[in-house]
Amino acid sequence: MTDETPTAATRAPLRVLIAKPGLDGHDRGAKVMARALRDAGFEVIYTGLFQTPEMIASAALQEDVDVVGLSILSGAHMTLFPRIMAALRERGLDDVLVIAGGTIPAEDQATLREMGVAALFGPGTPLGEVVAFLRAQDPARAVGG
Amino acid sequence: MDLVERLDSGDPRALPRLLTRIENRTPEGLAALERLYPRTGHAHVVGVTGPPGSGKSTLVGVLATAARASGRRVAVVAVDPSSPLSGGAVLGDRVRMMGLHADPGVFIRSMASRGRMGGLAPAAAGVVHALDAAGFPLVLLETVGTGQDGVDIASLAQTVVVVQAPGLGDGVQAIKAGQLEIGDVLVVNKADLPGAGDLKRQLRLALPTETGPERWATPLLPTTATTGGGVDDLLAAIDAHREYLKESGNWEIRQRGAARAEVLTGLRAALERRLATLDGDQLNWLIAEAAARRRSPDAVVANLIATLDSAATGGDSVSDQRGG
Repeated sequence: MTDETPTAATRAPLRVLIAKPGLDGHDRGAKVMARALRDAGFEVIYTGLFQTPEMIASAALQEDVDVVGLSILSGAHMTLFPRIMAALRERGLDDVLVIAGGTIPAEDQATLREMGVAALFGPGTPLGEVVAFLRAQDPARAVGG
Repeated sequence: MDLVERLDSGDPRALPRLLTRIENRTPEGLAALERLYPRTGHAHVVGVTGPPGSGKSTLVGVLATAARASGRRVAVVAVDPSSPLSGGAVLGDRVRMMGLHADPGVFIRSMASRGRMGGLAPAAAGVVHALDAAGFPLVLLETVGTGQDGVDIASLAQTVVVVQAPGLGDGVQAIKAGQLEIGDVLVVNKADLPGAGDLKRQLRLALPTETGPERWATPLLPTTATTGGGVDDLLAAIDAHREYLKESGNWEIRQRGAARAEVLTGLRAALERRLATLDGDQLNWLIAEAAARRRSPDAVVANLIATLDSAATGGDSVSDQRGG
């Protein structure tokens, strides 16, 4: 595996994949988030609407992202998220941070966290909160293996 | 195992990780590139450039599909701009390339321009080398949406496709110097839209005149990327250009030109990194001298160059010997 000492030269923008799994066509939240992360200095790979778990995992692999951000408003999260987590694991992407935003009822959140979703952001979350959460991950991930 | 060994053993995570390391210029990435470079020079690097919204990404997506039909593995590198304010970026080219994800023979990578002007990213050449070394026979390199002077792609690609679309300018644009001149293939995309015929007529004026030394007749092709219309002809023209380069000896000439451009760009970047080592106090004092009209900017530059020269000769015995 890789071992290198983080230095100023290896400090690079965090790469974040923003994807909308499933069949709802509401991508405003995902776009607003992508823009906010851009303004915070992250490199956002925006994949757009109607992403299957395989498309998300394949893009995460090829783009070597640090974070996968999922936006979901359809209510299908309990169906789609387990498949997305499995697709990521199949490709060895266990170390990629997965976060999610959208309408996810409180009773589902604990299950999703157990599944490995690191953070869930509901409607009305200030954009700065997501940025701060990712920045807090930054020293460990942006420069390391 | 290091990244090159992992790449050679077929680890699917190795190539993406290697590209990140190259992009970030980590010691590991640069060392891997050193080892991979002798393996490069085989891929056909096709640059796709043109103004924002002309349909480059969609066209690259359908080109990749067409090339897959002929059995070739295809790598796509898509560059989008970094914010000059935050340094961040939204890389959105994958949105136009859906449908390729299920094919393990297609590899797509998005890159941010990270401050480089001219349509590419600082590490674009390094990333192309890695994909070349990884055995992709065809690399489609999509530039930032560029206007008249986005011509960097010409020094990295063997074949340059310049994409235009109707509604972006009048006939005078076609005879101006710049991007249109570097096209080995010109494309009028969105050929189904009104004005496409007029644009095609105007672009004929941009084609090389018959007195040019090259034996390649630059094709001007209509495409409708959203339906795939004209894409087979475009791929055929791209392949024909590769054949032309090989037969005419221009392939080697372009390889030499690409190497020269990369060396000079790298040299400039290295000099800039060295500039960053200048003593800030001395620099600020000299700038204040210029602002106060006690020394001219040219004299300050000469002074700073002399400082860099003496630092180089004082600290490096090898250059001492060569200089003396």
